[in-house]
Order: sequence, then structure tokens, then C-alpha cells
Amino acid sequence: MTLTETAPDRESDEALERRFEATIARNDRIEPRDWMPEGYRRTLVRQIAQHAHSEIIGMQPEGNWIARAPSLRRKAILLAKVQDEAGHGLYLYSAAETLGVSRLELTELLLAGKQKYSSIFNYPTLSYADVGTIGWLVDGAAICNQVPLCRTSYGPYGRAMIRVCKEESFHQRQGYELLTTMMRGTDEQRAMVQESVDRFWWPALMMFGPPDADSPNTAQSMAWGIKRNTNDELRQKFVDMSVPQAKALGVTLPDPELVWNEERGHHDFGQPDWEEFMEGVRGNGPCNAQRMEHRRRAHEDGAWVREAAMAYASRQDGATA
Amino acid sequence: MSDEPTGRGFTAEGGHGAVPLEGVASGVGIAPVEREWPLYEVFVRGKRGLNHVHVGSLHAADDRMALLHARDVYTRRNEGVSIWVVRADAITASSPDEKDPMFAPSGDKVYRHPTFYDIPADVPHM
Ligand SMILES: [Fe+2]
Ligand SMILES: [Fe+2]
Repeated sequence: MTLTETAPDRESDEALERRFEATIARNDRIEPRDWMPEGYRRTLVRQIAQHAHSEIIGMQPEGNWIARAPSLRRKAILLAKVQDEAGHGLYLYSAAETLGVSRLELTELLLAGKQKYSSIFNYPTLSYADVGTIGWLVDGAAICNQVPLCRTSYGPYGRAMIRVCKEESFHQRQGYELLTTMMRGTDEQRAMVQESVDRFWWPALMMFGPPDADSPNTAQSMAWGIKRNTNDELRQKFVDMSVPQAKALGVTLPDPELVWNEERGHHDFGQPDWEEFMEGVRGNGPCNAQRMEHRRRAHEDGAWVREAAMAYASRQDGATA
Repeated sequence: MSDEPTGRGFTAEGGHGAVPLEGVASGVGIAPVEREWPLYEVFVRGKRGLNHVHVGSLHAADDRMALLHARDVYTRRNEGVSIWVVRADAITASSPDEKDPMFAPSGDKVYRHPTFYDIPADVPHM
């Protein structure tokens, strides 16, 4: 994109910063070519890029079951869901690119391990019930995180989130419906659902990140309007939402400390194992190596296609010139 | 800043799970090794009677591929009846600032708005 130089003289950095702060204070959106503090830009790139990586890596655990889905109906649904996650990744890379980075750079940072993705995708999908549990709990947690982001201060990020949120609702409902169907089946199927919920409940709580006391960056992100709720607020909301859903489904949640607190008007609950969480971030989760290896192979195996398409395009250009 | 996330500074709003905001690269100022497909901006007409609206961007080797990718990425649920794609480097844009002198000429021409004119309240259909 070319920028026309219409401004007669450049404003001072302080004036620019004041205008940025005023835009945030008005609850207005920052748009791509507005002046913004370097810290704001970098925080956004880190957050959006790793959000994008999570969507792309997130296709793997469920993709594992596409070929083994029990019916054509379930296979079509799962394919559509996984395709949506690819779409989410692309909306987000597109938003990140408005900040002056390229998708290829970001992919290279992921492959080099210099950027991360959500640790939830480092858990294996051992049974078909996991497809339902992921839709219900993992996409459910994603909805809690992403709905407030529709109002985030950076325009392209918020707009991408609006598209994503519309699609997440399908993800969560198809998962929950899958589980209710299994719960109406045999004892063995009900046991499969319970076993799956037991494995995914704690990792789902970890999706909200460490407690607020350990998250010193939250205040800055909230002041910039990037973040709208703290990690603990979102986790509480998720627990309160999930308890009645679990009850309707007929499963128990594997937390002995989970109890309604009349005084607070919220559920009390236990803390997940944060050491396990950090191990996953450090690359030592159950499936980290497998996920990265798969992503790397897909990228490398696709290299000749990307090159051939470029060669074809430049030949067509030559032919019409 | 260390190379490894410290456990401090994770944001829940990494979408499908918390991601670290400390100890990871931002990517600002790094150039990729491989030559990337050009960037296209995508505009979609939601339904007949509406303008095309910008919805995002994508990479494609050529115009036709850009259209096909735009269909798959931006219209999976009947979001559009028509798509435009244009190479991002072919767009010329005004300077970003809303207070830019570029838009000043329209700022002081209040008489271009219908509310500028006082019409007696009992005059109908106006
Ligand atoms: Fe998603
Ligand atoms: Fe999803």
C-alpha cells in the first residue's frame, strides 16, 4: 500500500502519543497506519500471531479423527469444523500483517520455537469422545476468551474476532450434541464421555493462563484496551457456565473442591497443575514434538507448490505483457 | 528479556488458550527467507443492493488464486454474492490521521448536510 504525503509537517512524538492515548480513552479503535507505541505494536503481534498459530496447530488433534468419524454426518461436521479453524488462523495472520509483519515470518518464528501456541493442543485425542469434549470445553473456553476481544482496541483484531465468534458457536454446539448423543447410548459410551471429560477439564482451565497474581502484564494490556478481562475473571466465568452444562449432560467434573459459593454468587474450584502447564509451554507436553514435527513437515512438503505457483504466475505475466 | 516464557505475563486472550507475552519474539523487523506470495486485500458484497466491504487479506500467487482463496476463507457460510480482490501494493491510501488536512475541506461545509436548514415544523414530507 502506498501512503500519500499530505501532512505538511510531522507532529512531535508526544503529540502522537497523546492522540493515541485519547483514542484509547474514547474507547475508539486504533487502525493499522495510525501511530502507536512500539510496545503496543509488539504486544499485539505476539498475541495475534500466537493466537493464529493456536488455530492452525489446533487442527491436528481433531483432524486425527476425521477419517475415523463414525458416520458421514459426523465426518462432514468435523471436516467443516477443522476447516473453520484454518480460516480462523488466516483471519488472524491477516490481522497481524497489518502491524508490519508477514505471515511467512510468523510461520518461521513458530517453526523455530520462538513463538508458541496454546498448550491445550499438546494433549492427545485418545478416543472419539474427545472430539465432543474439545468442542464443548475447549471451544467453550475459547468463546469466553474471544468474545471480549471483539471490543479490543485494535480494529483489525476486533473485526477478525467477530467473524471467529460467529463460527465458534457452531463448534461448541456440535461438540455438546455429539456428547449428548453418546450419553444416550451404551454404558460403554457413557464411560468414554466421562473419561474424556476427566482428561480435558483441567487443561481447559489452564487455557485461561496462570492466576492474575502471576500475570503482571495484564495491567498494561488492559490499559491499552487489548485485554478486557483478567485471566481469573474469564476462568470463573467458564466454570460457572460449564457446571450446569455438565449436569445436563450427566457427567461429573473431576474437581473435589468444586462447590457453589452462595456468598460470592460463583463456584469455588481448585487450581490446575501449573507446573504441568509450564512444562507444556517449555515444549515438554505429551504431544509437543509430534505437533511441531507435523507442522514443519506440512510447511516443507508444501514448499514446491508455493514455488511452482509463483513460477506459473510469472510465466502468465510474461505471456500477457 | 529471556528466550523462554517465564510463566509471568500470559494472556488468556490468546484465543484457544493462553499464550505468553514475555520471552517470545514479536517478529517486528525480521524479513523472511523465502519469497512470499503477494498480499491481496479482499472485498465482499454481502448481498445484492449492498456495497463491497473490505473483509481482510490473503496471500496468493496470482489474481485467480486470490479469488478462489477468498471464497474459501471469507465466504464459507454465504457471506457474499460477489468478491473483489486487489493486490495490496496497488492501493493508494490517504494518510491515516482523521484530523489530516486531507479531510479538512469537508469539515467546515455544514451547509452540505440537511440538518443545516430550518424548515417550519408544520411543513409535511420534508
Ligand atoms: Fe478457532
Ligand atoms: Fe473453534
